Amino acid sequence: MFSRFSVLRCLHKFCIANRCISSKIPDKPTWTPVDTSKLPQVEEISRDLVEHLERQSLVEFSNEEGLKRLSDAIQSANKLYMVDTEGVEPLDSVLEDRALYLRKDEVNEGNCRDDILSNASKTEEEYFVAPPGNIPLKQAEKEYKEKLK
Amino acid sequence: MASVVWKMLPLRNPCKFCAKFHRPSQDVFARHARRMSKKASSKSDWQSVVGLEIHAQINTASKLFSGASTKFGAPINSQVAPFDAALPGTLPVLNKDCVEAGVLTALALGCRINQVSKFDRKHYFYADLPAGYQITQQRQPLACDGQVNYVHVTSGAGQTSTAEMRTCRLIQLQLEQDSGKSLHDHLDKQSLIDLNRAGVGLMEVVTQPDLRDGEDAASFVKEVQLLLRTIGTCDGKMQEGSLRVDANISIHKAGEPWGVRTEVKNINSVRNVSKAIDFEIQRQIGVLENGGQIEKETRSFDAESNETVQMRDKEKLLDYRFMPEPNLPPLHVYSSGNVPPGTGAGSNVVLETVQRRLPDLPGTIRDKLQHKYDVPLLSATLLVTEEGLLDIFESLMADGSRDLKTLLNVLLNDYIGVLHEHDCTAAECPIRVQSLGEVCDLLASRDISQSTLQKLLPLLFEHPEVGAVEMVDRENWRQIRDRELIEKVINEVLSNPKVMKKLQKGGARGLNAVMGPVQQALDRRADPQIVTEIVENIYKNLSK
Repeated sequence: MFSRFSVLRCLHKFCIANRCISSKIPDKPTWTPVDTSKLPQVEEISRDLVEHLERQSLVEFSNEEGLKRLSDAIQSANKLYMVDTEGVEPLDSVLEDRALYLRKDEVNEGNCRDDILSNASKTEEEYFVAPPGNIPLKQAEKEYKEKLK
Repeated sequence: MASVVWKMLPLRNPCKFCAKFHRPSQDVFARHARRMSKKASSKSDWQSVVGLEIHAQINTASKLFSGASTKFGAPINSQVAPFDAALPGTLPVLNKDCVEAGVLTALALGCRINQVSKFDRKHYFYADLPAGYQITQQRQPLACDGQVNYVHVTSGAGQTSTAEMRTCRLIQLQLEQDSGKSLHDHLDKQSLIDLNRAGVGLMEVVTQPDLRDGEDAASFVKEVQLLLRTIGTCDGKMQEGSLRVDANISIHKAGEPWGVRTEVKNINSVRNVSKAIDFEIQRQIGVLENGGQIEKETRSFDAESNETVQMRDKEKLLDYRFMPEPNLPPLHVYSSGNVPPGTGAGSNVVLETVQRRLPDLPGTIRDKLQHKYDVPLLSATLLVTEEGLLDIFESLMADGSRDLKTLLNVLLNDYIGVLHEHDCTAAECPIRVQSLGEVCDLLASRDISQSTLQKLLPLLFEHPEVGAVEMVDRENWRQIRDRELIEKVINEVLSNPKVMKKLQKGGARGLNAVMGPVQQALDRRADPQIVTEIVENIYKNLSK
């Protein structure tokens, strides 16, 4: 007359016992604390860098907290320097073992002008309409940038 | 930097060369300084260094990564696949013929093929690049190294030109996508975008900075055009945009490190390659000799004013953020030894198969002409460049009895003149090869004169069914070479005491005094060489 609960508890203990014999989970933590002094130091964020990043991403840092987050992110990423990559080829795609499929040279697409143009809000005589050239981003003078070099 | 320095100078600034006071825009001053420095440049020791980036559109039916057509001149936006418009959810699928074209071109340029090459993304924002990035091969391109031996033709004084062989080394050849076309509507302040060209395959050939000046670069581009047309991977028409050239130019003094380079874009003909580069070299000399500094910038060539101007969108810190293309595994070009078994034969590019498609290259043909027929380099270059002329030359030289010099003279001067006048190629020209052979023989045997030749060829063009000999007889253009007849006429002319007096004075005037009436009497058909010979003999006898 084992209640369901007691059965589960026995099962649970049994599983734990099993795990102790052939467990893949280590007993103690195996990571080594990263000695931050050995990593390259984060350089002071310059005004040029902030403006460059804002122009490329079109996202504003908004305030000093944003800048602090940037240097924290760089510091966190710098932990990668702890990994020894000597003689290891960088991976750029998980498909690196496969060869690229090549298709036959035949025309089987296109000729769908109306469908293509229907995606644009403004067209003129079958052309897409765009603003003239690239409009340079106006970098506004904000407080958080004043303290930067 | 130079513009800042310029503003700091006093308002009225004398020109170093002419001491004129002016403060025009920097470009106008540069133009003025160029003109002045050209006059003083005999003592200048500036050396110019030029490197080229040639973009050649691959001549395939469909685009590089999509199945849309690549035909030139199609209705606007009618050859755009969803991938070309960068619609979400579309993926690139590489065109096998484009890869084979790239490999064939690399072999023709003497490059080393990378059996494994990778694709990357080059990011920049522009309205004619829908995806915001261009798929190219920057880290590991299709082929590396290589060199091109080209003929450098310099036009000398008068009608003389000299030809010499030069070499330019290459850095790499890569496959990449083309962007769309944008038309700038200044009135309404907008750009109109046509994506027909977006996604067409390009082969980018990057050269080492081995070229020296505009003429050098133009000769190199002509050779590359000819090569591409010969192997059939690109039609090389710069006016249609299937071949585009960007030039990187810098100058330095001998012995000093190389200067800052500028890039010049928007060059759309071989002549403009020469003009743009020469202008830019002079502009840089002008700026440096006036104490300015060259900015590392991209300039555009304005074909109307023949000058390079700053481009409107000046992106000083152009960060392309290169990253590997995650949607494309590495591209493999196999050699017959390592084709993976079991894979479909249709979808593999095998080096040896492509190599067998390589035809005779212009360099090989020029060498053959020089060694087999003893044709000088300049003539050999012209024979190879003009389409169809080589076949005519070889068939006319086949029986081995024709005079080489006469044949070259007829083909390269007069025949080409007729072709250009009627704007047709040798294949389209109705003049039969047999007739051309007859013309050469007539000229060699002095049965017609040079001036008759110039009348004969256009007439043969109009009436190709008539043979050359027949035509000459019909028009009664045969030169009179009967010595007895000519002597008789000369003696008749000399019976006139006035003429005899002029002859006794001697010199060219004396000869002309006799030649004129003789030619008139003989219907302008007397062989001038024979007349001259006889008259000179008579003159010698007179002086004794």
